[in-house]
Amino acid sequence: MSLVQVEDLSVRYGAKTVLSHVSLRVERGEIVTIVGPNGSGKTSLLRAIIGAVKPAQGRVIQGNSVKIGYVPQKLHIDETLPITVSRFLKLPGGVTATDISQVLAQAGVPDLAKAQLSQLSGGQFQRVLLARALIGKPDLLLLDEATQGLDQRGSASFYQQIEHVRQDTGCAVLMISHELHVVMSASDRVICLNGHVCCEGTPAVVASAPEYRALFGTGTGGALALYRHEHEHDHGHDHDHGNHDHEHPEAAE
Amino acid sequence: MLDDFMVRAALAGIGVAFAAAPLGCFVVWRRMAYFGDATAHAAILGVALSLAFSMSIFVGTMTVALLMALTVSILSGRGYAMDTLLGVLAHSALAFGLVAVSFLSGVRIDLMAYLFGDILAVSRGDLAVIWGGAALVVALIGWRWSALLTSTLNEDLAYASGIDPRREQLVLTLALAITVAVAIKVVGVLLIAAMLIIPAAAARPLSRTPEGMAIAAGVIGMLSAIVGLRAAYVLDTPAGPSIVCVAALTFLATSVLRGFRPQQ
Repeated sequence: MSLVQVEDLSVRYGAKTVLSHVSLRVERGEIVTIVGPNGSGKTSLLRAIIGAVKPAQGRVIQGNSVKIGYVPQKLHIDETLPITVSRFLKLPGGVTATDISQVLAQAGVPDLAKAQLSQLSGGQFQRVLLARALIGKPDLLLLDEATQGLDQRGSASFYQQIEHVRQDTGCAVLMISHELHVVMSASDRVICLNGHVCCEGTPAVVASAPEYRALFGTGTGGALALYRHEHEHDHGHDHDHGNHDHEHPEAAE
Repeated sequence: MLDDFMVRAALAGIGVAFAAAPLGCFVVWRRMAYFGDATAHAAILGVALSLAFSMSIFVGTMTVALLMALTVSILSGRGYAMDTLLGVLAHSALAFGLVAVSFLSGVRIDLMAYLFGDILAVSRGDLAVIWGGAALVVALIGWRWSALLTSTLNEDLAYASGIDPRREQLVLTLALAITVAVAIKVVGVLLIAAMLIIPAAAARPLSRTPEGMAIAAGVIGMLSAIVGLRAAYVLDTPAGPSIVCVAALTFLATSVLRGFRPQQ
């Protein structure tokens, strides 16, 4: 049985439909990445999976006793709230000191337990969020643009950490990313989302799909080149520059 | 001992500080200061209604405060400009309350007592209500503490942990209404928000954990009540405002203290 299965999901905010008829499933141990332009409903999809938004239609089915760890897109800690990393990791409860040192080590920040949350750097903060998601040994990690605000080195090492975590714990990962080159090299499967599922499959299949190329026209030059460089595949259409779509240049950063 | 009005006043002030400390921390962390104001100001309308229908003041103020807090909670999710909306609600509730009180021609009431509190006139019965309400608020917040803290940090993290942040918001709303109802006798509707926010804000520079901040806020609030009452007695100043003044001076002191220390 799948870890999580989304069936014919539609989400509306007021009159605005952000997701329509989305279906997908995540199997044990795989890394699935969701790509899509801004406003394509990526975050809403993850929020529907954790139960933060109610579907207008369709449903989300979680496998039996599947545990989900969630890393939100951004988390602003108000300066007025004093809290240490270890206290943050203990919320909402049932966590031991051993669990804390273990997840901090897994996330690559073993020495931060006593630090104040508001004093962390961007990279440290994201790793603490990852550590929090790892508490309770999840079967599925949901990451919503977890490397937002990190530089290239920071985000590369963050994704390496995710890969380590998957090797160590065997958990599946469903993540949203803007960084197409990372997506292409690190994912087992890619889902291209733009209000609905445009196309999905292995990175190679998605990269050559016309729907994907329509969305990420300009950016793919660099991203696909990187991908091809790393994997030495040839998908034929990479040099087709006829499709210059400048609408979503940020998607390829 | 309870025969001495100063002892009763001190106990009343300590009771309010006890409830206001943990609640005030959440008001500060969630940036609900104006929300507290609106709820407190609505209480004067509750006073008028209680007198008109000869109900207990506690029940009347709590009901109106709760209705106001619920209205604000519901509207806050609808994309209104919150500070404007709260400004409208807070001040119109106060104005309608004052007008409603003026209709009660048959009853002579001391309006000042409800606006600024009348802590020196606290009876044994009042004391029982204050401590009962304060204990209820602290028990409620203590019971939901972790869930409240998680939803305050991030609503999506709360959902992912199986907590419904809307339910936790309701818990805070209820606690706020109870606190307003018990504090009205002590500091009056105009200064209730001060008892919530100032001790918590003064405690911030001294704390490294949320729990530490709540406890420090409690200590500061209780000391402010005792010292403020003493000052009011010696200087012959109004008691409720004197308590708030002492709390404000403590805030000043801890803020300056933080200025001299490297950020932790």
